[in-house]
Amino acid sequence: MRRVAWVVFFFLALVALLAAGLTLNPREVPSPLVGKPAPHFALPLLQAPEKTFSQKDMLGKVWVLNVWASWCPPCLVEHPVITELAKTVPVVGLNYKDAREDALPWLKRNGDPFQLTVYDVSGRIGIDYGVYGVPETYVIDRKGVIRYKHIGPLTPEASQKKVQPLVQELSR
Amino acid sequence: MKAGIFWVAVLFAGICWAEDPNLEKRVTGLAHELRCLVCQNQTIADSNAPLAVDLRNQIREQLAAGKSESDVIDFMVARYGDFVLYRPPLKASTVLLWAGPFLFLLFGIWFLIRRVRKQALPERQLSEADRARAAKLLE
Repeated sequence: MRRVAWVVFFFLALVALLAAGLTLNPREVPSPLVGKPAPHFALPLLQAPEKTFSQKDMLGKVWVLNVWASWCPPCLVEHPVITELAKTVPVVGLNYKDAREDALPWLKRNGDPFQLTVYDVSGRIGIDYGVYGVPETYVIDRKGVIRYKHIGPLTPEASQKKVQPLVQELSR
Repeated sequence: MKAGIFWVAVLFAGICWAEDPNLEKRVTGLAHELRCLVCQNQTIADSNAPLAVDLRNQIREQLAAGKSESDVIDFMVARYGDFVLYRPPLKASTVLLWAGPFLFLLFGIWFLIRRVRKQALPERQLSEADRARAAKLLE
């Protein structure tokens, strides 16, 4: 009888362990960049190649960096959420490994919520920001420090429960 | 003059060929140590995801620029975290990962010893009556 109890106990413990494992998202790898200064870049604008923009230009402001591409279907999924978010905080787009002739019509079709969009055609700046699953969203504080990183499409819950409260707290 | 240019060209080609295999070997060696974050169970050497290709080029660029293997690894860890390493470092947060298999082994040995002892015990206990019976049978 005791033996049966032990077997059942081990079985249930194993089930609990595997169940816990299944609820974790293996794609959400904690970023070492949270708490560190946003890596430097100076990139041409998507709409105006002759102008450049640097993350330094946003010092003193709380802002959001959103990495997107026209070839990325989840970016289209999160687009309404980003559009909503952009009403409360400046959102800068980072157009990642895309082509101007695809990216510009994409913005025209789906609306352009971005304060401006920088053009990272080689993906080099993406590497500096540890991008591996487009879209990705970063919250950056007044001192230029990354405070939060969201990997994958920004859900309305993540936007309302994490990004927006954090932006409000940092803007205080 | 023409011959001179020819030999300079040959020399350069020779240098390029001599340099490349060595560099490629180092690039591949490093690429086997790093995880592709897009397809998480592959190294960036095995994966053909665009990010893996970019990161291989990044490794090649940095090694060609004279950086060491550990510089490149630090570069990757700074951007993607320890998860990018196929061999995780021994840290407070990874102790269970490293010690886990040995803990399971110790548990298995303890369990086995217990089982063996339990089974061995009844055989030794012969009652007086059993001994008498055995003696009678052996006569």
